[in-house]
Amino acid sequence: MKEFIKIENVYYKYYDNSDNFALKGIDLTINKGEFIAVVGHNGCGKSTLSKLLNSIFIPTTGTITVDGIDTKNDDKLFEIRKKVGLVLQNPDNQIVAGIVEEDVAFGCENLGFRPQEIRERVDYALKAVDMYDYRLHSPEKLSGGQKQRVAIAGIIAMKPECIVLDEPTAMLDPKGRDEVLNTIRELNKKLGITIVLITHYMEETILADKIVMMNDGAIMLSGTPKEFFSDVELLKRYRLDVPQVTELCYKLKGCGYELPDSVLDEHECVEALYKLLSNYNELL
Amino acid sequence: MSIIKAENITLMYGAGTSFEKTALDNVSFEIEKGEFTGIIGHTGSGKSTLVQLLNGLMKPDKGCIYLDEKNIWKKPKQIRNVRFRVGLVFQYPEHQLFEETVYKDIAFGPKNMGLEEDEIDRRVRQASEFAGLKEDKLMLSPFDLSGGEKRRAAIAGVIAMDPEVLILDEPTAGLDPLGRDALLSGIEDYHRSRNKTIILVSHNMEDVARYCEKVLVMSHGKKILHDTTESVFTRSDILEQNGLRVPQIMKVMSELKQKGINVDTSIMTVDKAFIEIINLLSDK
Repeated sequence: MKEFIKIENVYYKYYDNSDNFALKGIDLTINKGEFIAVVGHNGCGKSTLSKLLNSIFIPTTGTITVDGIDTKNDDKLFEIRKKVGLVLQNPDNQIVAGIVEEDVAFGCENLGFRPQEIRERVDYALKAVDMYDYRLHSPEKLSGGQKQRVAIAGIIAMKPECIVLDEPTAMLDPKGRDEVLNTIRELNKKLGITIVLITHYMEETILADKIVMMNDGAIMLSGTPKEFFSDVELLKRYRLDVPQVTELCYKLKGCGYELPDSVLDEHECVEALYKLLSNYNELL
Repeated sequence: MSIIKAENITLMYGAGTSFEKTALDNVSFEIEKGEFTGIIGHTGSGKSTLVQLLNGLMKPDKGCIYLDEKNIWKKPKQIRNVRFRVGLVFQYPEHQLFEETVYKDIAFGPKNMGLEEDEIDRRVRQASEFAGLKEDKLMLSPFDLSGGEKRRAAIAGVIAMDPEVLILDEPTAGLDPLGRDALLSGIEDYHRSRNKTIILVSHNMEDVARYCEKVLVMSHGKKILHDTTESVFTRSDILEQNGLRVPQIMKVMSELKQKGINVDTSIMTVDKAFIEIINLLSDK
C-alpha cells in the first residue's frame, strides 16, 4: 500500500513558552485506503493529533507529510485541506446553512468550483451518505445521526482522500451511531477513502484495520483489532474499555475454557459459546 | 411513596406557528423516592425537555408535575425552591462554569440558598468528593481543569445544593471510559449512601443496564415503557423499533437461548454472564 500520511517524531505544544508538550514524539504512517482508529483518555493528545493532520496546527518539531506535502508548507495549505477533511464531535457546531444541500455545498463554494460542478459534487456526496432524499430539508429538523451524516457529506463533496473524524458519534443515539458508522465503513470500502476515526467507543474500533492507543502524548500500543484486544488485562490497566463480548470470552478463557483469542463481535461470541456449551453437553 | 409524579403532561414548541411541534405528548409516570431511574430514547424523543420540566425550568402546557405530592406550579413564585430540591445537570455542564476558582463555582448554589459560610464549606468539600474532584483542584481556575475535571466540577456544583432528586442529562458524553466509570460510580455512591433519587438520561445502554433500577423509554414525545431495567431490556423488539439497542451481552444471551441453550436472557452485565456460563459448564 502507498504511504499517505507520514508522521515523523512529532512534538507539539500549545504555547511557545510552555514546557508542556501535548504530543511527545509521535511516529505513525497511515497508508492510502487504510482505516485507523485512535483511542485513549481525555487529554492524551488524540484531538491535537487530528488537527495536525490537516494543517490546523503545525508540529513544534518533527514533520508531517500528507501525500508527500509537508504540512508546514503554507502555500499548499488549501491543497492539504482538500486532501484531508475533518469532522468534529457535535454536528450542531458544523452546520452553517438553512437547507441541507446548501450546507453540503459550502466547502465547494469556498474552493471556487463552477455551479454545475458543485451541483454534481453535492448530489454525489449526499448519495454517498444516504441523505439525498433530505437535500431540501432544513438541517434543524434532522436527527443527530442525520445531521452528522450531512456534516460528513460536506467533507465528501470536496472529494478528500482522507477523512479524520474526532468522536463523531459521541452525541448520537444508538441508531444514529450505527448510521454514521455504516457510512464511514462504506466510504472506506467502496470509495477507498482513508479514515482516521477517533473514538471512546471500543465497539467502533473493531471495524478498523489498525487501532492506535495514545497515552500522555505518545503512542503506547497499536495493532490490528485481533492483536489489540488480545491482552484485555493490559487494556484494563490503561483503563480502556473492552467490548462486553471480548471481556466475557477473555474471562472464560482465563478459567481454562477453550475459546478463540480476542472475540470481537456478538456473532463470534455466540458461535464460540455455543460450541463450548454444546461440547460439554456431548461429554455427558 | 412517589417523590416525582408527572400527570398527563403535554408541551408544545412554537404553538400557534407553522413550526408547531409536540415535544411531549400526554406523558404520565411516577418515580419512587430513592430510585435510580434511566431515561432512554432516540435524539429528539423529548428526554431533555422532560427533565427540564421536572425541575420547573419549563412549564407544561397541559398536565401537572408533583414533587412530594405537591403541584410544583401551584405557587409559581416559589419555583426556585423546586430547583434547589431537584438538581439538574445539563448536557455539557462544563460550559457553564464561570467563577474565578473551582471552589467559588461549586459554592455558588449553596450561597444562593442563603447558607452559612461553614455549611457552604462543608458542602463544597463533600460535593467535590462525591464528584471525584481532588481537593487540590479547588483553588484553581475552572479553565485550568481537564475536560473530565470540568465536568466533575459542574456536577459538584449541583450536588452541593444537596438536592433530593439529582437529574443528569447525558453526563458522560465525550468522557473517556475512566472518566465515565469514575463519574457514574460517584453518582451511585451518592445514591446509595444518601438514599437520593437519581434520574440519568443516557444513550449508553450498557451504562443504563449497569446502574439503573428502573428505565423510562421515550419515543417521539411519548412514554413507551417504564419498568424495571430487566423487563425493559427484554423488550428488544420495541427498543429497536424506536432507535435503541439492548446491551451486547443481552443480545448474546438471547441468541444462545434461540439456539437451544437454557440461559437466563435477562442478564445484562459481563460479570453476571460469566457466572451464568460457569454455572452451566459446572452443572453438567
